[in-house]
Amino acid sequence: MASVLKAKDILGLEEMEAEDIQFILDTAESMKEVSERQIKKVPTLRGKTMINIFYEPSTRTRTSFEIAGKRLSADVVNISTSASSVVKGETLKDTGRNLMAMKPDILVIRHSAVGAPKILADTLPIPVINAGDGAHEHPTQALLDLFSIREKKGSLKGLKAAIVGDITHSRVARSNIHGMRKMGMEVRIAGPATLLPRYVEQLGVQVYTDVDAAIEGVDIIMMLRIQLERQGQGLFPSLREYSRLFGLNRKRVKRAKADVLIMHPGPMNRGVEISSEVADGPYSIILDQVTNGVAIRMAVLFLLLGGI
Amino acid sequence: MNRRQSAEVLDEQGIDRALTRIAHEIVERNKGAENLVLIGIRSRGVHLARRIASRLKEIEGVEVPVGALDITLYRDDIGEEGFHPALRKTDIPFPVADKAVILMDDVLYTGRTIRAALDGIIDLGRPRMIQLAVLIDRGHRELPIRPDYVGKNLPTSRSEDVQVMLEEEDGKNGVVISKE
Repeated sequence: MASVLKAKDILGLEEMEAEDIQFILDTAESMKEVSERQIKKVPTLRGKTMINIFYEPSTRTRTSFEIAGKRLSADVVNISTSASSVVKGETLKDTGRNLMAMKPDILVIRHSAVGAPKILADTLPIPVINAGDGAHEHPTQALLDLFSIREKKGSLKGLKAAIVGDITHSRVARSNIHGMRKMGMEVRIAGPATLLPRYVEQLGVQVYTDVDAAIEGVDIIMMLRIQLERQGQGLFPSLREYSRLFGLNRKRVKRAKADVLIMHPGPMNRGVEISSEVADGPYSIILDQVTNGVAIRMAVLFLLLGGI
Repeated sequence: MNRRQSAEVLDEQGIDRALTRIAHEIVERNKGAENLVLIGIRSRGVHLARRIASRLKEIEGVEVPVGALDITLYRDDIGEEGFHPALRKTDIPFPVADKAVILMDDVLYTGRTIRAALDGIIDLGRPRMIQLAVLIDRGHRELPIRPDYVGKNLPTSRSEDVQVMLEEEDGKNGVVISKE
């Protein structure tokens, strides 16, 4: 049984062991309880400085990390690079070194370049958490997704999940594929052929271009946001056609199991990849995902700073 | 493990008698069991707290609620050598405001666990008072903390290890002291 995370950083689920994933999920249960108190604070990371540096815009993830740090009594600093030295041309490594000179204890980074968090993790002595790097990984999102599933279903092994949408450009999909496979789940991915990466079967997933077939009898449907910009790139003809062929609506949902869970990492395009009825319906755990995001992020902050 | 010499200092019956006496002392000092709540420190403190609760029920006919407190998030050695961040959930499904809290743990040693527990409880509300009950007091306090109720005083040296075994967790009941 893991008693401490072995790695210094959390960069992705591809290299994380199932044992560590389990440990993070278990830790998050206790953290969730803190968020349910009147005084949502514990002194655990008092005096620790956490820097969130987001090179890509984000409200949800950044706020979630900020709240997580504050609930653990850490001092949280947010840097959004539109208003920073990066705009003046500072390199990633220089930014990293300059921040280190102010002695932070942990860094959370989101960047559009794959591997940027790893560069910082390898050059800096403090723990680094990847909050999303390009289309590569978004580990805390997948962890909160696994946690949310486990919370409702009791356990993960043997469950069937379908991830639907623009898989090619989705770091959420990739991290979830790795995480779900490690925890013994069966994973199906579905989307238009233009949005499915080549050789993706090598990750151990079943590939579908017919979403009705993909969601037949599944326990979990995870819808991904279709980026409206992709439309202009000729990857699908129109939002309406996408919605008709791949969007989740009440009629389509019936193909899944009766107690199916509907998930979405957010933000949603209502009426495009998911109908309002389904998003706000009784099977949706989309808001639980957000709540659990804080608990998971509290757990990873605690485990990275509390371990040796 | 065989290098250790160990001796049982309290057997199952001894534990039972000590808990019965502690339950009576609690009733005596608090003039009954009304408005009391029990909070056990995870994890063995919780089993002991439940045992005390059932004795209080027998003696006074009062159902005293029992909560479980995990103090890991309040420890003063987080991030240091030897700290293992294994969390168990805090579960205190009742308000502590204005109650007399009986805090229960298996072994009282340096007092740091109790200090963390006090912070943890006070974060949940303002109790009227907190009293401390422990099964074993092994001395060597590092903080000014003292118990209100003690099962057994056990003078020990720092190189010794005191282990309380309870059937709810370890399959049997007994207190063992061992030395390298």
